[in-house]
Amino acid sequence: MSDTTIKLSDAAIRKQMLADFLFYFRQNRGAVVGMWVFLGLVILAIFAQVIAPHDPTQQYRDALLVPPFWQEGGSTSFLLGTDAVGRDMLSRLIYGAQYSLFIGIVVVAIALIGGIFVGLLAGFFGGWVDSVIMRVMDVILAFPSLLLALVLVAVLGPGLTNAMIAIAIVYQPHFARLTRAAVMGEKEREYVTAARVAGAGTMRLMFKTILPNCLAPLIVQATLSFSSAVLDSAALGFLGMGAQPPASEWGTMLAEAREFILRAWWVVTLPGLAILISVLAINLMGDGLRDALDPKLKRS
Amino acid sequence: MIRFILSKLLYLVPTFLGITLIAFSFVRILPGDPVLLMAGERGISPERHAELSAQLGFDRPLWVQYFDFLGRLFHGDLGNSLVTKKPVMAEFLTLFPATVELGLVAILIATLIGVPVGVLAAIKRGSWFDQVSMTAALVGFSMPIFWWGLLLIIFFSGILGWTPVSGRISLVYFFPDVTGFMLIDSLISGQKGAFGSALSHLILPSVVLATIPLAVIARQTRSAMLEVMGEDYVRTARAKGMPPSRVIGVHALRNAMIPVITTIGLQIGVLMAGAILTETIFSWPGIGKWMIDSISRRDYPVVQSGLLLIAGLVMLVNLLVDLTYGLINPRIRHK
Repeated sequence: MSDTTIKLSDAAIRKQMLADFLFYFRQNRGAVVGMWVFLGLVILAIFAQVIAPHDPTQQYRDALLVPPFWQEGGSTSFLLGTDAVGRDMLSRLIYGAQYSLFIGIVVVAIALIGGIFVGLLAGFFGGWVDSVIMRVMDVILAFPSLLLALVLVAVLGPGLTNAMIAIAIVYQPHFARLTRAAVMGEKEREYVTAARVAGAGTMRLMFKTILPNCLAPLIVQATLSFSSAVLDSAALGFLGMGAQPPASEWGTMLAEAREFILRAWWVVTLPGLAILISVLAINLMGDGLRDALDPKLKRS
Repeated sequence: MIRFILSKLLYLVPTFLGITLIAFSFVRILPGDPVLLMAGERGISPERHAELSAQLGFDRPLWVQYFDFLGRLFHGDLGNSLVTKKPVMAEFLTLFPATVELGLVAILIATLIGVPVGVLAAIKRGSWFDQVSMTAALVGFSMPIFWWGLLLIIFFSGILGWTPVSGRISLVYFFPDVTGFMLIDSLISGQKGAFGSALSHLILPSVVLATIPLAVIARQTRSAMLEVMGEDYVRTARAKGMPPSRVIGVHALRNAMIPVITTIGLQIGVLMAGAILTETIFSWPGIGKWMIDSISRRDYPVVQSGLLLIAGLVMLVNLLVDLTYGLINPRIRHK
């Protein structure tokens, strides 16, 4: 036995892993920018009540379709102008961040928990359990996601909650597949056998021994699903199947603004820009996470 | 190869049955009563309601209805639309070419631009071209295409007045439906300006629909090229003095194309989802708009069969992609 072997505590290993992760994440400039923008959005959403200059549903009847302040006819009391019923655009956009982040979190949480559970079952038990579960996942994946979500919402009734459930159901197979693949790769490894021999029960093996070692691809997929959820829920809102007016959800705002497309550019341009910026920020972050968590890419 | 095809086909049977089950059960649990809907605004007496239910088979047990549905499906009978009363299949076939035309042009744009951009970005890794094009690809990938479509309408139709806002062709032209593809039919008709009109109607929707696939293809091509260019055989080819154009064009590109072809094939699902939004924005008379309209009109048979047809189609294209993959990569089919 060599004398130079140093016993590292779990905490020290975790600290080193975190340091490694941060090092690789910081190397990706886009990811860092994305992270700051995302943090900005989170702050906007949390402190919307303090930051927003007006109530997002307050209609100023004497200020309909006021352009942004830098344009002729604009006013500094409505920095980004007002919509067709006189609501302050800036305030609605700020409150809209709450919707998007909320939708992203709920959708990813449902899809992640459901997918991990189903994927663990399939990967761990194999055999007919695996076949049945994966065939069901294949069926869900055969439908274009937006179409399936649309029909689900039509079944459940239009609205934000149902839209989130529908999108989560549509995303869930991706997590199930990833979890299953990772579990199948891990379950034959020695540490799992060791745990089994040491007397670990099925639940402990699945959730405490194997699952933590399968998390990297799931984290990356969760980030990507977060941005897709923001996009898809906005698309559902745009098609009148998501959040219902007067909600200041960005897609719903766009749907309401469609008829003013050639008269008032700001009511159409700004909500879409908000969607684009948040989705882009999350995707940038996702790219950085993938690079930082994927050991194969690190070496190159 | 035949065994490979058969095993793939066999694999599809349970998936397809699952799809029929989903399409069938969705429509049974949709809120609203189809019989009442058919009766329209005037309402209906309870006796007539029972009579119509029996006539349409809604009073039988669900599993009987399901097997009846399956049986008719295999005879190509998808029922009639509650709104137009026409067979769903006939409606689908009339509208389908419009979506195919839009989708084909979109995937053509995406491939013809995406692949060269990806290759060039990989060759010039780290250059300004690489950075700009990959940033653009990420923006495209993150684009809410319904908004992107509106922006293009504002700019090209509103401000510049170059392109029409909706439809497939100007109403002044009229010619018989030969292929269902407006670009080809307008050429065959020989009417002056018809082709130009069809093209100007097609350009914005197809650019909008191409945006996300283009971004995905460019990114995928770049990473596939980068991976292949690090392989030993590429280094060997370089080392023995082969001209760079041949190394890239023959050794690298061919091998890098395998995952890219898969990516292109898998865009069909993305295209269908995109078609729903694109066709809605541009009032394009295709499958996507048909589905949206039918959902909001609660036209059950159309929603049910449309869902089935689209999922079946996506499945079929995925099968073709799988088979192509097996064809160009023998390792897959012998696994």
